[in-house]
Amino acid sequence: MDAVAYASWLFIVSLGMTLVFGVLKILNMAHGSIYAIGAYAAATAVSLAVSLGLPPAFSLVAMLLSAVAVAVTVGPLLERGLLARYYGRDEVVLLLVTYALFLMLEDVTKLVWGVNPYYVSEPAQLFGNVLFAGMRIGGYDLFLVGLAAVCGLITWYVLNRTTSGKIVLAVIHNPEMSASMGVNIQRVYVVAFTVGVFLAALGGAFTAPMISVQPGLSVSVIIISFAVVIIGGLGSIQGAAVGALVVGAARSLAVHLMPEIELFSIYLVMAAVLIFRPEGLFQSVKARLI
Amino acid sequence: MRSNRSLFMALLAAIVLILAGLLAPAWLQFLVTMSAANGLAVLGIVVLMRGGGATFGQGMFFALGAYAAALVPTWFGIQDAVLRIVIGTLVAGLIGALFAPLLVRYRGIFFAMLTLALSMVLFGLLSKSSLLGGSDGISIAKPTVLGMSLQSGNAEYVLYCLTVVVSVVAGWLVSVYWNSAAGLMALAVRGNPLRVEYLGASARGSLGTSFVICALLGGTSGAITAQALGHVEPNFANWTTSGELVFVAVLAGYRRVPAVFAASLLLEIVRSFSNLYFPNTWQLVLGVFMLLVIMFRPEGLGSLWPVAARRQADPGAAVPPLAEGQP
Repeated sequence: MDAVAYASWLFIVSLGMTLVFGVLKILNMAHGSIYAIGAYAAATAVSLAVSLGLPPAFSLVAMLLSAVAVAVTVGPLLERGLLARYYGRDEVVLLLVTYALFLMLEDVTKLVWGVNPYYVSEPAQLFGNVLFAGMRIGGYDLFLVGLAAVCGLITWYVLNRTTSGKIVLAVIHNPEMSASMGVNIQRVYVVAFTVGVFLAALGGAFTAPMISVQPGLSVSVIIISFAVVIIGGLGSIQGAAVGALVVGAARSLAVHLMPEIELFSIYLVMAAVLIFRPEGLFQSVKARLI
Repeated sequence: MRSNRSLFMALLAAIVLILAGLLAPAWLQFLVTMSAANGLAVLGIVVLMRGGGATFGQGMFFALGAYAAALVPTWFGIQDAVLRIVIGTLVAGLIGALFAPLLVRYRGIFFAMLTLALSMVLFGLLSKSSLLGGSDGISIAKPTVLGMSLQSGNAEYVLYCLTVVVSVVAGWLVSVYWNSAAGLMALAVRGNPLRVEYLGASARGSLGTSFVICALLGGTSGAITAQALGHVEPNFANWTTSGELVFVAVLAGYRRVPAVFAASLLLEIVRSFSNLYFPNTWQLVLGVFMLLVIMFRPEGLGSLWPVAARRQADPGAAVPPLAEGQP
């Protein structure tokens, strides 16, 4: 169960990363920083809600709102103001650009929120514990699983069943062709990136109650969600779901069986997947453009 | 003829630096030692970059070299600094050669991600292994250099000289390699590996060579750093270390060898002063600087060099500049 809860927030974060890669072809190293910003924003929002005397249930709304706020401010700003200037460069160059962005955002978070840890456990206490098949399970864990499922389903539905989603798929497939068909690519890019940022911030916001929010949060998240996205196949939603479950399971297994390898069990899995299926588990092999 | 000129330049640089070191205070000697040592690891990344590979795992070879240099005194009783550097280099190169056949099947971000995964596995191993000091790392006793034992007064200067010599030799060898047939082929592989294959050469072989050179230099760098610091820790293999080295590589570009050491020195100076005066914003400054370099100087600061510019303009002497983003 621990594995599934862990996989849930991981899925939310990785979904954003895989979406951004699919549409913009950017492997975003700053994704973890946005996750951290989401966690900080949620911590601020929840303590604000508590100090205003609002009912405890409102703290959930506060976390959601904080994720929206982060997405709306940070998303378009970064995409339009920064990343758009580097389009057309090599994927590796863009990786370096987002690395630079990661360095900057690290310090910005320190400047805004300081270096002391924040604790907000109110929302997690809200749910209490549930008895399920003789096991005591944190209600908040269940809530997270539900949230992840909702995020995944909504993304899947929008992409596959709505017109705008199909336009996004067309852009993923071939941006130039879509542009010549009259698709406003810039808008698709901004929206996709903002949704990616939103998912990262959402993941951060809803994990905030379970951890202490402090500097250094982003570093581990980046590496783990990289692993998830690579395992599942870059740009694939099902892949992200399976990748998150695989990583969650690998981590839990390692914690229970051999605690000393917890840290790198994930990378072993990632290396193994890359070696045997370099495209990831859920990516079809593409013809190479010359 | 060019290799004669670069040999002369290398000798001149070594002599000037060793003499200048006599005048420099100990802290400056240490700073130059550290930045030259880091420069070697960066030089490895630059060689790989020039050969069409991107790595986020140079920390792995850095750590391998450092740990090798730290362990040989206790395991085999080797006290000599030069010998330790050679061993560190060879260990890293050997491991690099083991993984090279696997890695050359990938390109671009997959190559980078796989190197990252490997180095994080090493990071995990090092931090958990009690034999290797766990997350605290291990300390190293002061080495002897070619039979001389180091006193506290001259230790910095001797290590400084040693580092200068090793760096200059490595830099010269790399510049010879770059102008050799194999080195020019690496540049072609960067441009378009498929084209190289059709011309009858092995793109994978070339990438593998670049990778092994990268590993060797990473090992040298680690072995020197370990002895200059007197301490090694698992963090050497962490991806933040690799990221910092990549940062310097981007800053330097792959046009000129000296640019690598200049960029490394620049970072080391900026880091020392920023840590002192504004510890919480210096990464911000680095990030902004890196973005500016990528935007305005995609070939790195090395392309500011007048000689490099002239050589680019001379079609007979050099390869034409490659367009970025070519698949």
